[in-house]
Amino acid sequence: MSAKEIKLLSKNGIQKCPTGIAGLDQITEGGLPQGRPTLLCGNAGCGKTVLAMEFLVRGANEFNEPGVFVAFEETDKDLSQNVASMGFDLPALSARKKLLLDYVRIDSSEIQESGDYDLEGLFIRLGNAIDSVGAKRVVLDTIESLFSGFSNTSILRAELRRLFAWLKTKGVTAVITAESGDGKLTRHGIEEYVADCVILLDHRVEDQTSIRRMRVTKYRGTMHGTSEYPFLIGQTGISVLPLSALKLEHKAPTQKISSGVPRLDAMLGGKGFYRSTSILVSGGAGTGKSSLAAHFVEAACKRGERALYMASEQSTDEVIRNMRSIGIDLEPWIKRDLLRFYSARPGTFGLEKHLVTIHDETSAFRPKVVVIDPITNFASVGSRSEVKSMVTRLIDMFKSRQITAMFTSLTAGDSSPELSEVGVSSQMDSWLLLRNLESNGERNRGLYVLKSRGMAHSNQIREFVLTKHGIQLLDVYVGPSGLVTGSARVAQEAKERAEAEERKQQLQRKTSELKENRQQLEAQIAKMWSDFEIKEQSLMRDAHQMELREKQITTDRVAMGYTRKADRVHANSKGR
Amino acid sequence: MKPTKVRRSGGKQRASSRIWNLRLYVAGGTSRSTAALNNLQRICDEHLPGRYRTEVVDLLRHPQLAAGDQILAVPTLVRTLPPPLKKIIGDLSDTQRVLVGLDLIPRKVSS
Repeated sequence: MSAKEIKLLSKNGIQKCPTGIAGLDQITEGGLPQGRPTLLCGNAGCGKTVLAMEFLVRGANEFNEPGVFVAFEETDKDLSQNVASMGFDLPALSARKKLLLDYVRIDSSEIQESGDYDLEGLFIRLGNAIDSVGAKRVVLDTIESLFSGFSNTSILRAELRRLFAWLKTKGVTAVITAESGDGKLTRHGIEEYVADCVILLDHRVEDQTSIRRMRVTKYRGTMHGTSEYPFLIGQTGISVLPLSALKLEHKAPTQKISSGVPRLDAMLGGKGFYRSTSILVSGGAGTGKSSLAAHFVEAACKRGERALYMASEQSTDEVIRNMRSIGIDLEPWIKRDLLRFYSARPGTFGLEKHLVTIHDETSAFRPKVVVIDPITNFASVGSRSEVKSMVTRLIDMFKSRQITAMFTSLTAGDSSPELSEVGVSSQMDSWLLLRNLESNGERNRGLYVLKSRGMAHSNQIREFVLTKHGIQLLDVYVGPSGLVTGSARVAQEAKERAEAEERKQQLQRKTSELKENRQQLEAQIAKMWSDFEIKEQSLMRDAHQMELREKQITTDRVAMGYTRKADRVHANSKGR
Repeated sequence: MKPTKVRRSGGKQRASSRIWNLRLYVAGGTSRSTAALNNLQRICDEHLPGRYRTEVVDLLRHPQLAAGDQILAVPTLVRTLPPPLKKIIGDLSDTQRVLVGLDLIPRKVSS
């Protein structure tokens, strides 16, 4: 969350003081109440001091607000050492006058009370500390220690009330820590005096794993998240993990990245998944989820992007060996520092610890692509709702960092593949379903795209084959009895090939028959022509002869006339 | 009780031979400050005649001095000498408690 957003959030309502602590500013919608005291309570070891210290350190480093830390329990040297592991360099901050550590020792054994008193000494001391560094932020840790040092509690209570009012007039944003106990927020009822904002921290152990939780129990004059949020103390300080981001403001890149399987990319509209989306690959045992994931990381490495593979069922070596069998060699990418594996059994740590690990690994390695294989294994260390909220938080984290994440999920059986084991499918952008297709005494794999938000995708089931050259997606035949896969598909293919061959031969036969017919026909025609010509010739000949004969007759008749001395008749009068 | 007796005699011995250094922290000239100062004067004159040295620190004028003796409450009377360090907070109106706090008389066995 940027400073600008925080300002926007706090525009309406009271002014807020951003803590800079990941997640805390989100659930408080901007930070702690500016210029007012906040009570931070919780049982021993719940992280009060760390949270309070981070508030000051981040204030000094990120918001240029110097702070004063008044410690009633630990010496400043101890404090510095304790928080050094989180990268907080208190001596350096002190040297730069950004932080003032003041250890106030209370030893009741050397104090005797006689008559009336007040705590003006503490006020003066605190005021002096605030003025010397120009502090805007103050922490009192743990103010309740005063109750062990002073026996006159009525004076003490009055003085505490006065202290908090005084802090308000100083205009500092104060964090006061207190121990909870006896079923109350604080052992001595401090919450009566600090009424603006109360944050409760809790540290409990469930199923042998420790869980830290945070809850804003009260925040006057402002909206705030009211649920219990898990928080972690990691290598860089505290991270509060809101169950879901209060606002969904992830950027939506339109760039697409390959799944590593060309045919699958084609099924997803041609180019694969959108960047910074979350992909669920679910399926029964042995349906090829990890293989698909390996393709995905390999494709990322080939693009020169970093990929993180969180494996919770196989060790790094096992994954490498197994993937080599389908022609994916991941080892070179590891050597080139493009691929990193993190393998651990989920049972080793609690869910929160896993979250920290994934969080830390992601922060350190800065991958573009993350695979969590499988997500369902976390179900063994948390309840369904916990796992669901964890996955939600993971998705939020990945999206906010523009990471494309693939989660594999083992479904219990093939009976209801749409029921994803951890109930997270609704939060996923793409969902690939791998199924076992059983028929004709064999088991084959099928893949289909159940959903893929924001892109046209194939509705076809593809047969999914693991070959020496990786995953191949093949068309499946739909026969009268349903899908045809595996050897049945091969048989079907052979049958179709034979049929095609026969059709070809038939055509050839028909063609030659036709040719023959034509030849016969042409021969007949030629014969008829020749017959006709013969007839014609004989007819012509006959006609000629008849003509000749006619002439002869005429000639003969003229001659005869001459002979008989007949009337002269023209030859052409024809006897008249 | 034996240890109590030993300490009492020791205390008396020290009380008779050594100079007492007493520092009174106050915050401004409040009535409580004045009362504490007057009570201190009276107790010292009565129980440590001629064997004490007092010093008054006004924290409003020297706020940085509050950290040195870990002063939270005012008024606070600090016995810097003889050792060990002793602190008495309040306006010193309860003389009995002041004397106990300064080890001038033993703590009550019952308490």
